[in-house]
Amino acid sequence: MSEWWTYSLSDFLMFSSRSYYRLIASYNEAVWPAHLLAVAAGMLVIGCIIRPQRRTYRIAAVALALSWAWVAWAYHLQRYADINTAAPYFAAAFALQAVLLCFVALRPRATPPSGARQLVALGIAAVAVAGYPLLALASDRGWAQAEVFGIAPDPTIAATLAVLLAWRAHWHLWLIPVAWCAASGATLMALRVDFAWLLPAVAIFVVAAGLFFRRSKQAL
Amino acid sequence: MGADSPLRRRLLKSMLAASGGLALPLVQAAPSAAPILTRPIPSSGEHIPVIGLGSWITFNVGRDPQARTECAEVMRQFFAGGGRMLDSSPMYGSAQDVIGEALQAIKPARLFSADKVWISGGARGVQQIETSRRLWRVPRFDLLQVHNLLSWEEHLTTLLAMKKEGRLRYVGITTSEGRRHGEIEKIMASQPIDFVQVSYNALDREVEQRILPLARERRIGVIVNRPFRQGDLTQALAGKPLPGWAAEIGCTTWAQALLKFIVSHPAVTCAIPATSSVAHVRENLLAGTGRMPDDALRKRIAQDVGRLA
Repeated sequence: MSEWWTYSLSDFLMFSSRSYYRLIASYNEAVWPAHLLAVAAGMLVIGCIIRPQRRTYRIAAVALALSWAWVAWAYHLQRYADINTAAPYFAAAFALQAVLLCFVALRPRATPPSGARQLVALGIAAVAVAGYPLLALASDRGWAQAEVFGIAPDPTIAATLAVLLAWRAHWHLWLIPVAWCAASGATLMALRVDFAWLLPAVAIFVVAAGLFFRRSKQAL
Repeated sequence: MGADSPLRRRLLKSMLAASGGLALPLVQAAPSAAPILTRPIPSSGEHIPVIGLGSWITFNVGRDPQARTECAEVMRQFFAGGGRMLDSSPMYGSAQDVIGEALQAIKPARLFSADKVWISGGARGVQQIETSRRLWRVPRFDLLQVHNLLSWEEHLTTLLAMKKEGRLRYVGITTSEGRRHGEIEKIMASQPIDFVQVSYNALDREVEQRILPLARERRIGVIVNRPFRQGDLTQALAGKPLPGWAAEIGCTTWAQALLKFIVSHPAVTCAIPATSSVAHVRENLLAGTGRMPDDALRKRIAQDVGRLA
């Protein structure tokens, strides 16, 4: 791309906030009542963080892998691709992350110690599962446009970051979720919607917390 | 007296004229009554209205049936108000299909279809043009432009060959927001193109220096995109009172003043504001009617917009 410095976020935006949220509303309507199953899966992930064991890590990884695969297919490929030409690439990245999480489920890491790391992860997971759907109400968009864990990408990514933090996951598992936080944050900022900063802020916070806990452990 | 008899229309006009300012909302609520100003395409002499309709962002609504109906209504009002040029691109997501579906329903008597080719490689360009044509559901395009100069040498060869074979009427190139103007000038000076599409508005006036004079010299039509800086300009001016000169040229909104500024430049063939609002498309079409600003007033408009925006 020539003269790349002349481009701003809005130059890459090819749809309006109205089209974006109406797409989420029609997607929600089409897949309902899958939300009930997805919320149950989100609660299961929170339960796994509360009881950190090798077995629960495996369960969380499977729940997340299924969520990533679903979002790749049902959201990115089937719907988002209608208004965003980059969506098939997002779908591929989400499918790859689902595969990586399947590998985690096959060979889960040892049980992490309980403590502050676990509490931080729990807080982020609670935001992802319980807090994200409420953003629609706080932004006057209504339940129809709510973003739910396992259905919409952003809360799914936030919950994934929480699990990665809780189990001190290998760095390669962080790449796609963090990249999505940047992409989604940039899109929402260009759309000038409320809470556009939330997902990038979650990513920065979780990565910083991970680095902090790692250094604290080394200092000990 | 029939519902739309000449006498009834004359009576209504008289009543509207007598009611002064009250007439404005009525005039705005209906498709433009006064004829839209047209400009000749320099290479052919064919006249087209100075207000066209863009589709960037606004028509990319996916499969949403309600939004598609709204876009179709915008197009219906555009044609009913005398508009002709519709502009889109394969880069605009679902916009081409939205346009095609609406065209099939509206069947406008006079359409000037303007699309683009935007892909790396000449052979893939041929394929893309055919895909675009099917999405638009038209037998052929009036104008095809090389979008943002991507693979322009190869695509221009294809487009010029299509024109020679009678499968295309006009050929053009596009850029936006002041990018690659040097290259644009070189192509304008060396290639037999009919149109150049650039960004131009009361604040972004770089094209006045070289590209617009060159267009006149080379007899190339000019299509202006982003007349409102993608809405930023009208948003910045919202709530600011219109200066006294606005009434002199029949403007009731800043959007109309901004459009009149653009289309009154003698080198400009038409502007293509994009909108998903029926009220805005009517408002935009009205900007193509009535008195246009002269050079002195154009300078003043630019000054006032620069001061207030």
